[in-house]
Amino acid sequence: MQKAKSATTELGVPTSYAADLERSERTSELLRELVAHLRQNRTLLREEWVARISEARLLTAMTQEEIFNEATSVYDSYVAALETGTFEALQAYARNLSERIIPRGVETHEVVGIVLLLRDVLARSLFAKYQTDFKKLNQILDAYEPAANRIANTVAVGFVQERERVIRQQQEAIRELSTPVLQVRERLLILPIIGVIDPQRARQLTEQLLRGIRTNRAKVVVIDITGVAAMDATVANHLVQTVEASRLLGATVIVTGLSPEIAQTLVTIGVDLGKMNTVGDLQGGIEQAERLLGYKVVPVT
Amino acid sequence: MEVPILKQGLFLIATIQAALSDADLVQLRSALVHQVVRCRSLGVIVDVTAMDVLDSFASRTLLEISHMIRLRGADTVIVGIQPEVAFAMVQLGLTLEDIPTALDLEEGLAYLQQKFPSAH
Repeated sequence: MQKAKSATTELGVPTSYAADLERSERTSELLRELVAHLRQNRTLLREEWVARISEARLLTAMTQEEIFNEATSVYDSYVAALETGTFEALQAYARNLSERIIPRGVETHEVVGIVLLLRDVLARSLFAKYQTDFKKLNQILDAYEPAANRIANTVAVGFVQERERVIRQQQEAIRELSTPVLQVRERLLILPIIGVIDPQRARQLTEQLLRGIRTNRAKVVVIDITGVAAMDATVANHLVQTVEASRLLGATVIVTGLSPEIAQTLVTIGVDLGKMNTVGDLQGGIEQAERLLGYKVVPVT
Repeated sequence: MEVPILKQGLFLIATIQAALSDADLVQLRSALVHQVVRCRSLGVIVDVTAMDVLDSFASRTLLEISHMIRLRGADTVIVGIQPEVAFAMVQLGLTLEDIPTALDLEEGLAYLQQKFPSAH
């Protein structure tokens, strides 16, 4: 830092740097004063803040006592962040807080809302304190606002990141719920698909099915998509490709349980229906598969 | 590398042992088209189990083999396409539309024997 400064001076632009330095010193002095003020009025401001939170009906999933405890911690971290200018501790606290409150259904707007309320409460207290000295008030706000905005930003980003982490984790869990390839008769496989198919899952399904055809030496495969409400054109195309690839391995594919939406998608993307063998429901599909394999089911008399 | 063509009853079996160059494929095509009538075969099986890649030239050649052999009065079955190869081919739009396919040699023979019951 020192070195960089002197180098710049040699280059002949010392004035703006000196001004910057002076300004930053003044800012830190103002921040110190600000922090002292916030420490002094900690109890009062914290209560005021909690009252504003309840008034705005935020954090309704939490009890008053919990809100008060969290508010105390947030307040202290907030003041510490203002004092030190470093945000790591606050970031860690925000992440920790998010981890605790996300499972309880606290929404993003509530978290952003309470941080902004704290900012407002503190700004109001500054107005009240410096109302006789406008110049001072301006200076204090100049120092306070950027720091406060950065804090609000840090907390909101921390919360959203934590949310996204949870979402990613859940996606991973869903992906790992493998779709079984089941053999119901000699050379007859069933692949029941349930839930949403994204391109990645579609790929995985195809791989599993083609491998299943090999290992079970299947001649007929019934893919049941009763449990799939809708699919986009990419996935529908992938389904058609799976049918074609299975044929290259010598297996016939019967698709059952197409919903009206999926039927529309398939027609819209212009699938060659000559390649697709479709039957209304799983039972019909298995019956047709049995016919193809030469089985005949007769009731025991 | 030349592909061995074996006569098995009324069928011909061509087993590709390794990756083939384009020239080898063309050579295989002409050998099969010649031999199918010379051996009075009813069906031809091309076994591609050993091929890790079936590019557009190979697919087209297989299609041509099938069509030429049909004109010579016999059927062609492609057997042993690997799962990964099958999906890659489909993504490239190479679906070998009207050629019968089977899982492996055994299945291919079963297919032909079912089609020509008098052959055995």
